[in-house]
Amino acid sequence: MADREARVAPAATDARSHVPGHNPEHAHGVSCGHGCAPQPREEMSAPFDRNALISARGLGVTRHGRELLTGIDLDICEREIVTLIGPNGAGKTTLVRVLLGLESPDRGEVLRRKDLRIGYVPQRFDVDAIIPMTVERFLILGGKETPDRAAAILAEVNASSTRHQQLSQLSGGELQRVVLARALLRAPNLLVLDEPVQGVDYTGEAELYNLIGRLRDDRGFGVLLVSHDLHIVMARSDRVICLNRHVCCSGVPETVAKHPAYVRLFGDEAARAFAIYRHHHDHSHDISGLPHPAQEHAAAQDPAPGGSKRA
Amino acid sequence: MLEPFLVRALLAGLGLAIVAAPLGCFVVWQRMAYFGETVAQASLLGVALGFALQVDLTLGVLVVAIVIAFLLVWFGRQEVVALDSVLGLLHHAALAAGVIAISMIKGAPVDLMGFLFGDVFAITSLDIAWILVGGCVVLAIVVWLWQPLLRLAVHEDLAAAEGVAHQRVRTIFTVLLAVTIAVAMKIVGILLVMAFLVVPAVAARPLTGTPERMVVLTALIASASVLVGLWLSAAFDSPGGPSIVLVMSLAAGLSLTAAGLRQRR
Repeated sequence: MADREARVAPAATDARSHVPGHNPEHAHGVSCGHGCAPQPREEMSAPFDRNALISARGLGVTRHGRELLTGIDLDICEREIVTLIGPNGAGKTTLVRVLLGLESPDRGEVLRRKDLRIGYVPQRFDVDAIIPMTVERFLILGGKETPDRAAAILAEVNASSTRHQQLSQLSGGELQRVVLARALLRAPNLLVLDEPVQGVDYTGEAELYNLIGRLRDDRGFGVLLVSHDLHIVMARSDRVICLNRHVCCSGVPETVAKHPAYVRLFGDEAARAFAIYRHHHDHSHDISGLPHPAQEHAAAQDPAPGGSKRA
Repeated sequence: MLEPFLVRALLAGLGLAIVAAPLGCFVVWQRMAYFGETVAQASLLGVALGFALQVDLTLGVLVVAIVIAFLLVWFGRQEVVALDSVLGLLHHAALAAGVIAISMIKGAPVDLMGFLFGDVFAITSLDIAWILVGGCVVLAIVVWLWQPLLRLAVHEDLAAAEGVAHQRVRTIFTVLLAVTIAVAMKIVGILLVMAFLVVPAVAARPLTGTPERMVVLTALIASASVLVGLWLSAAFDSPGGPSIVLVMSLAAGLSLTAAGLRQRR
């Protein structure tokens, strides 16, 4: 441990870097506001963050000759809520599936911490489940938990009334809570939620995010949240990653909301609540959506295309 | 006293009803009926293979069923065309190829109808041995893999993300399904095999609240259908396999109608 601290010492200029062994690259002027910053995308040699729950470097996925993801670097640490936003077709779900190990990347690597235990709430949980099963049975299926523990967790997510109902009888919102309860019952250190508010109304959405934030405070797990929506999500997030096949920009919510790449992706409407800053574009998207650096050398010098800069 | 051929038919039918119950339930839960249908119809090629190589027909069917099942799984991996379109194309093609292959076999004429609709009264002691031994192996594996199979049936991605070896479990299930299809073919024929698996499970679904109860009820409905169907067949000289499937379908019709009426109230 002592020698690790020593190794990190040169990076100590970055007061925000709370993760030992962190890449010193982060020290100069990348305003991500935390120690788990994405690495520059041109630089494939950036080391894995071994303290992160999950650490990805240079991820690329190609399907049918189309690049769905390219040059993705990502770390998620304990107690951190990371929100992945991006328009439809940005590759959010593909990225999550790669991180979960459901799909293997064509390029790059994912490093999972040895003790990583994932609780997963998938994007779509077929409501018309044809298998006859009560909520309680679903919660304890394949695990070692007792029905009593299942009931306690159900109460925690405000879904006690569903305990003896059939899965097929639940509404969309109830089903989300039940699946969340199952994820929590596994005592995860990383909770992955893929668009958890689909089919949930606006109040339900705010409520669900508050619940996730509260649970994170209580239990200290990391959270990876996928959303195509913005403000409520951002309020609770420690870091937002704006994805459009590559990491367009990332940082604390306020930074991302002001970032031109974000405004370009989501339009002025979405960013209206925030001041808009002008700066030079570090990349553009071609007709297929692939990013191209505006100037070759500019992109190469750019320490973190994900970072926000003021012109 | 029962005639020996009737005893053999009963033994085979009841044995198959019990073995097919859990598989039929999983086929319904995982919406794999079309998949099984294609494997079954392609199995006619296995009959031709058995004749051509002079080996036991069940063995030929078994080999072809497993090969076809894995080909289909492999086709399912491509994402250009939806799997059900591929299946819709293939199951007719497979049937056509099978019929042609059988018609080209030289020597004694082959009873094509017997393979298409089964001939439960022509069951031999060897067939019964296949059903009992194969059935016990299939059931033992289903019991062993019960939890992971259920988790896959509830939600495949969730199970995989939680660490279920989904590829391996799915592969084993595919083999079990192919084995069951191959064994059941003798009794109900390749055109009715999937009905034998799926229809009792459909009949049981509205009446049950847990997966285990659904499997047990499926086995009961299938067994009762075998008894009634064989009695009909003996009494009215109707073909055995189709009689069994018809009784099952009536049960499913009643069960679904009752469920529909209950929902409306």
